[in-house]
Amino acid sequence: MENIEKPEIEIAQLRRLIEMIKKRYDYDFSNYAMSSFRRRVQRFIELFRIESMEELIRKLELDKQFFKTFLSEITVNVTEMFRDPTFWVELRDEIIPSILMNKKEFRVWHAGCSSGEEVFSMAILLDEMGILDQVEIVATDIDYSILDKAQQATYNLRNMEEVNKKNYQRFMGKRTLEAYYKVEDGKAVMDKTLLRNVQFVEHNLVNGEKIGVFDLILCRNVMIYFNQTLQNEVLKLFHASLPRYGYLAIGSKESLIWCEYANKFIIVNNNEKIYKKIRD
Amino acid sequence: MARFDHISSKYKLIVIGGSAGSFQVVSRILQALPEDFPLPIAMCLHRLKDVREGFAEALSLKTNKPVVEPLDKELIKKGTIYLAPANYHLCVELGQTFSLSTEEPVNNSRPSIDLLFETAAYAYRDKLIGILLSGANRDGAWGMKKIHERGGLTIVQEPSECLIDTMPASAMQATRIDYVLRSDQIIDFLRKLHKQYA
Repeated sequence: MENIEKPEIEIAQLRRLIEMIKKRYDYDFSNYAMSSFRRRVQRFIELFRIESMEELIRKLELDKQFFKTFLSEITVNVTEMFRDPTFWVELRDEIIPSILMNKKEFRVWHAGCSSGEEVFSMAILLDEMGILDQVEIVATDIDYSILDKAQQATYNLRNMEEVNKKNYQRFMGKRTLEAYYKVEDGKAVMDKTLLRNVQFVEHNLVNGEKIGVFDLILCRNVMIYFNQTLQNEVLKLFHASLPRYGYLAIGSKESLIWCEYANKFIIVNNNEKIYKKIRD
Repeated sequence: MARFDHISSKYKLIVIGGSAGSFQVVSRILQALPEDFPLPIAMCLHRLKDVREGFAEALSLKTNKPVVEPLDKELIKKGTIYLAPANYHLCVELGQTFSLSTEEPVNNSRPSIDLLFETAAYAYRDKLIGILLSGANRDGAWGMKKIHERGGLTIVQEPSECLIDTMPASAMQATRIDYVLRSDQIIDFLRKLHKQYA
């Protein structure tokens, strides 16, 4: 997997790193899932040819810009348009029509939106339903630079053709995915008018402030990088950000059952992991 | 039958990796396991990312053993057989839970055997057994190396018995393998292991 192997990172070293970051930059990684966090740190060390954990801690403490780079690399930004096509079918055919029964306009929060693939999926879905201008979307991420990337709306062409297009076909959209992008310099550039009702905001789910009330929250495959303590805290935030009967969607292999607030939700679709808030 | 010097009741988890040509072998092994086999087994078998349902069910039917795809942060329970879900990496956390990840594919694979093996080795150290079966790429070789380095037991399927032997052969190149076994010997090993826990 890697050519130059560095000595194994110990938990005690990770704790020191996390402590320093918290003190110096006020980002708290202490409740991240340790196995993936360790691997991300290991990957970062190899990528930037850093000799030891001590050196990493020293460099991060001294150099704010370097810390920004670290933040971007440590968070996982691998995503797809229309990942799990059946999920998007369920949104289009069941969830959104049921929201529309009660209100003409509604709000969506993409929590941990990364490079924006899901935001585009949502915008395309709404556009094809003819309701894009009735919906206000807020897309947030911990990493400012990835929000910038999302707004540039420029994606790898190969991913577009091999992954996203296939997903879109299985979603059975009204058009073809190519209708939504142009190819420029070997890249796929999305139609930016799809983003006209989208607001991108820097926001950390750890100790995150409430940013409003939303009828639908999407947070798919974000909380898998958190431990159960943090998952529980984030669920409280989502609970506070939903009206009664508001919807929350998480990744297809995630679960809320071990969270303290789980009994305030019911599961609407277990395969797609779509929940509905039923109690305040 | 082979003698196994490393049999003991210290082991707490078995991880199995396989790709092309491994489905039949895995089926045979699971089918032959005693009902009350005590150790949890976590498997990473390369699979189509688009086919989310049906694989675990097919394995369950064929082997008469329940095979489950764990949810994120699910507790690793005794005697349970787990299968990495489609399009996620399956990892082991400290504190006997699984975690899932959507990180980049490793060795063009998601789920990747290397990630399951490496994280399991980190959490379980010398209490882990890794078994690598038939397959057409190098995924799993690095993971086997980590299992060995952290004191775990390494087993590969005898390359001559494999439909495609790249996977076990790569592991044999990458690190020390404790046992190179045909599938009937792997079954024999697991049955003898079972007796240790009686």
